[in-house]
Amino acid sequence: MQLSDLTERFGLLAVGLVVFAAVLLALYGLAELASRRNRSRVVAAVFLAPAVIFLLVGLVYPAVRTVAMSFYNGDGTEFIGLDNYAWAVSDPDALQTLINTALWIVIVPLLSTALGLLYAVLIDGRRGERTYKALVFLPMGISFVGASIIWKFVYQYEASGDQTGLLNQIVVWFGNDPINWLNEAPWNNLLLMVVLVWIEVGFATVVLSAALKGVPTEIVEAARIDGASPAEIFWNVTVPSIRSAIVVVAVTVFIATLKLFDIVRAMTGGHHGTDVLAHNMWDQAFRLGNDGRGATMAVLLFLLVIPVVIYQVRNMRRQELEAR
Amino acid sequence: MSTGTTSPDTEAAPKPPTIGESRGDRLRRVLGSRLGSVLAIVIAAVWTVPTLGLFISSLRPEDDIRETGWWTIFSNPSFTLDTYNYVLYSTSQGGGLIRNLINTVVITIPGVLVPVAFAAMAAYALAWIDFRGRNLLYLAIFALQVVPLQLALIPLLSFFSQGLHIGSVTIMPAWELSGVETIVQVWIAHSIFGLPLAIFLLHNFMRELPADVMEAARIDGASHSQIFRQVVLPLVTPALASIGIFQFLWVWNDFLVGRTFGGGESTRPLTAVLGDMAGTWGFSWTRLPAAAFIAIIVPLVVFLLLQRYFVRGLLAGSVKG
Repeated sequence: MQLSDLTERFGLLAVGLVVFAAVLLALYGLAELASRRNRSRVVAAVFLAPAVIFLLVGLVYPAVRTVAMSFYNGDGTEFIGLDNYAWAVSDPDALQTLINTALWIVIVPLLSTALGLLYAVLIDGRRGERTYKALVFLPMGISFVGASIIWKFVYQYEASGDQTGLLNQIVVWFGNDPINWLNEAPWNNLLLMVVLVWIEVGFATVVLSAALKGVPTEIVEAARIDGASPAEIFWNVTVPSIRSAIVVVAVTVFIATLKLFDIVRAMTGGHHGTDVLAHNMWDQAFRLGNDGRGATMAVLLFLLVIPVVIYQVRNMRRQELEAR
Repeated sequence: MSTGTTSPDTEAAPKPPTIGESRGDRLRRVLGSRLGSVLAIVIAAVWTVPTLGLFISSLRPEDDIRETGWWTIFSNPSFTLDTYNYVLYSTSQGGGLIRNLINTVVITIPGVLVPVAFAAMAAYALAWIDFRGRNLLYLAIFALQVVPLQLALIPLLSFFSQGLHIGSVTIMPAWELSGVETIVQVWIAHSIFGLPLAIFLLHNFMRELPADVMEAARIDGASHSQIFRQVVLPLVTPALASIGIFQFLWVWNDFLVGRTFGGGESTRPLTAVLGDMAGTWGFSWTRLPAAAFIAIIVPLVVFLLLQRYFVRGLLAGSVKG
């Protein structure tokens, strides 16, 4: 590294921060002026302007463009109707991508939520509960890329000599031959999912554990006195009481799973039958240079979140009505 | 312990004094708790050992990493900081990551400040200023939260590289950023993508401030911008902290945005470079543990120190969502 590397970067940072401060000051000045004249609609406009402009230019407009691009060919010069979509459901690799995505969005939320709930129940009230929680929560602070590297070393395979990956070492200790895990379709998909589950279980545990603490002890006690077994209490009392928290966790993990790019990129690059929508989208557009197909994959991704959007909006509406 | 008189909710008696607990029931209960303990410990181990393994690997000589697993250090300890030194400062291939680490820092600071500041302003307007279409706007922003950012990537990149044209009318010329300037693109992209969640969370917090406080301030003649700065911002500081941590973790740990908008390798953030290194798994794979740990350690420390705020934000977001 040279000194110029340093000055260039921090110089840019300084300029950026000064510009940002100036923009903020200007906005506050405008808002102050409008406030004094009691124009609250103008104040609202000033306060909302940066966010709304950013979102319109950076998210809404590009999303619309992406939908349009999905009807064009690779370099956007020719309108080809639904050809890209036909490709997505007929090309073997693209089809594999769709199937993998379907598996991911079912298995990962299910497994993360179930494991998080199990762990939250297991450690609830146990000595050292906070430590237990912190240990599992830790991966939430690690990047997907970092987690991928961590697990790539666990899955590491050596054709000869000592094994350097823990998983294969355990296999060898049990007297079996080591396996080149990440090349073994379709099981390698599961091994990639493990990484995301490993990250998301901490989130599930924390949210569900907080929900568990909110279950009224009287109900549990009453059920116990009535002679319900622990399993009955769990399924008939605890789970229904924290139902909404379970749904929130599952939905949140579902969205994270759908957008997943990093783990596939860093672990297999989508090879060996492990590609998923969000990664294939990037691969098509930025590596293979086919914007039309990339856009199509992005649109398919969007179609999959629409039910969640509708569900969330309805939920919010209901909450607003209840709050009144 | 005397039977029959213990209150059922003391810790010592998780079950009411049993009148007819069969041997089988008791066995199952004890086994259940044993099994529970073992299971909890197994889960805790699976969630920590891999990270520990990577950390140990990062301190081992490269030849050792190539030949034996990290668990062998217990029988054959040998440690070095050479790999850290190489990946940070070497001018050879796979080195010089200090530059990318600085990129990450330079990207992260505005990448957190800008969206949080803009979101706070927007959230205040949505929560406490009356105007037509307020609910609809809030609902739209709320819905944007789950829109995958993949949907915006291709057009946003071409917006920076080619500008914005409608027909033959140029609305915004190409930005023509080069070298470290491409970091500006990453700032803007992160600011955009961070906004919906930040607005949603801050709106939730601000909405819960007591209406009387706002009313009183208004009666005292305070303007909206005064109320925002002098009443609301101080009251929502903990919320700003949680959202700041969210955004910090997201930006520091991001691969996709940094890789797409970060220009050439020398201007990309550390995580983006690492992601590619891991993807190709070239001959420098033995340096990955050290390189990865440099990227991991900062957010991990921040996360551990400020976990309280993080959890608060998490619960506020998910309980309402």
